[in-house]
Amino acid sequence: MLAAIRRGLRRGVLPNDQAAMLRGRLALHPRHLIPARSRLPHAEQVALFIANVEKEFGSVARVPDVDAVPEAVTTYLAGQNLPTDVVMAPHPELQGIPWSTRPLLRLREGRAEASDLVSLQHAFAAIAETGTLMLPSAPERPTTLNLLADTEIVVLRATRLVGAYEEAWDLLRAELGGMPRNVMLVTGPSRSADIEQTLELGAHGPRRLHVVLVDR
Amino acid sequence: MHVATSPAFKENAHRALEDAGLQKALARSGPSFVARRTAAVAALPEFEQLRDIARDIKNHTLAHLDFYLEEWEANVLKSGGKVHWCSTADEARAVVLEICRAANARTVTKGKSMISEELGINEHLERHGITPVETDLGEYIIQLRHEVPSHIIAPAFHLNREDWEESFRRSHTDLPADRVFRERRDILTEARARLREKFLAADVGITGANFLIAETGSSVIVTNEGNGDLTQTLPRVHIVLASIEKMVPTIEDCTSLLRVLARSATGQDFSVYTTFSTGARRPGDLDGPDEYHVVLVDNGRSAMLGTEFQEMLRCIRCAACLNHCPVYGAVGGHAYGWVYPGPMGSVLTPSLIGVNQAGHLPNASTFCGKCESVCPVRIPLPKLMRHWREREFERHLTPPVVRTNLALWAFFAKRPALYRLATRAAAWTLGMLGRKHGRFRKLPFASGWTEGRDLPAPEGDTFFARYAREQRAGRMR
Repeated sequence: MLAAIRRGLRRGVLPNDQAAMLRGRLALHPRHLIPARSRLPHAEQVALFIANVEKEFGSVARVPDVDAVPEAVTTYLAGQNLPTDVVMAPHPELQGIPWSTRPLLRLREGRAEASDLVSLQHAFAAIAETGTLMLPSAPERPTTLNLLADTEIVVLRATRLVGAYEEAWDLLRAELGGMPRNVMLVTGPSRSADIEQTLELGAHGPRRLHVVLVDR
Repeated sequence: MHVATSPAFKENAHRALEDAGLQKALARSGPSFVARRTAAVAALPEFEQLRDIARDIKNHTLAHLDFYLEEWEANVLKSGGKVHWCSTADEARAVVLEICRAANARTVTKGKSMISEELGINEHLERHGITPVETDLGEYIIQLRHEVPSHIIAPAFHLNREDWEESFRRSHTDLPADRVFRERRDILTEARARLREKFLAADVGITGANFLIAETGSSVIVTNEGNGDLTQTLPRVHIVLASIEKMVPTIEDCTSLLRVLARSATGQDFSVYTTFSTGARRPGDLDGPDEYHVVLVDNGRSAMLGTEFQEMLRCIRCAACLNHCPVYGAVGGHAYGWVYPGPMGSVLTPSLIGVNQAGHLPNASTFCGKCESVCPVRIPLPKLMRHWREREFERHLTPPVVRTNLALWAFFAKRPALYRLATRAAAWTLGMLGRKHGRFRKLPFASGWTEGRDLPAPEGDTFFARYAREQRAGRMR
């Protein structure tokens, strides 16, 4: 196949200097034009993120610090008339939240199963440009939490919110060192427009996506 | 494999025009796609620049495709995945079957993939006792109805709500026959429950790929339903089907292409799930497949490199050209007779199955240029269709009547004085004959035109004569 490609391109194997140049491009992975819409002071990026999540049929609750997360979660679940059994990502940041203040919340740590109705996920980063969550897989951040539950709640620290995708990829490269098995960029709850090209929410993934945004 | 009915494009098109259900679907859905893209593009001032960037990234990759494929393969292997190089559809089908057999697979779930349609994966698996289950909602109903997709991103574009209800009642016979579908949502909910069981039971998951990334050895899928993610996360084995032109060098390159993809396709700023897969389950992971295979398919693409059709390999399958095409809008996707319809199909299909099979497709265009004007990677689709017409002519595939008439026209066109004389005579004669009604309902040798509409009678002189007259009068400098 490579021979056929080179025949089409009318050349042999790339000369070493050219290959070195291309390897340099891969190593530098230069950015292209980034739309101006997300180049904002951080407070405005937060506002843009919230507006975009809501535009895509998700919801956001802002809380001042992690101590306020349990109440935000129970309030949301009660408001949606949802059960308080939650499967939670075994992430240290989530484990460090004072859940005992809400004894009615029954948390199980691990991956999601088909019977789970509510999942609680940890956001690695988020992108204001389109209201997108970056959720790389890891033992402490199982992928099934993004897929199997009817309702996914994601805890996001405001400090992890950036303007453009490129900034989030830089965070990922710097902190994780390479690509994890799976990186999901999630923008709103699951949907389909396959029936008469008319949008309906809740196709195969979560019907609801709720972000708990922690300011500090 | 998909048996091409492209040689019967004319008959297919006639049938499509008389298909009331199809016409209803086309009238409803076409304009909404156009409006959504227009709104998304208007909201991003840099969109035109991003199209240039997208084109340049793809051109750069194609010019160094061998290099990037090798880099990509090395990175797939490093992350614990496997790559299967397949030059032909036969090889690809055999490899997929082999992987499924090695996994003792009984059922296989599938994410939406046009390359899978091109390769005929479902038929091949079924023939060998393995049940493929399409999980994209549109693909699912197409499979229930034993049809093929009529649109590359909206497979059930040609169906109406009645069709969905009828198919679900016929196929899901374990549910009460008198159940009511009050809203579209009820149809969706039934499919969700049905497919959830399939996701959990599947041994292998097969997805396509929107992009392959050389830098990291990743494959990328873009979906709204989440079916592709369930397909590639729950089973023990994940197979990615990808053709060679899906390659991009870096994550940044991929990101730039993603900025134009969803906006051009569905008019979304970004799809709901954009997922990067890199290798198999890592130590400590609680979920994800144990095996990650990429079946890398050529199937005719490398032969397009270095030809006038190389630019077609930039295509990112957004379907903007279908959505904006007056021909697609009139006859829908099935008339094109193979996997890829619309303008992109009219260029790609002759490349992949031969112009002798698909010669009608590049001819079924008025060259209005709408497709090129919306293409996110700026593929000059009308120019490429014209190249196919030239090749068809060179290979003597054009019918004798057309050839004779073209030769006749060429004779006059090469002799301007004679051409002007002849057109003046024709304009005058037709003008005299049509003086009474101002139009012709029937004309000898022109039934192809007059069957569908009247030919207006010329009202005066030819363009040349008028131009010369006005030049003399000094009005047109």
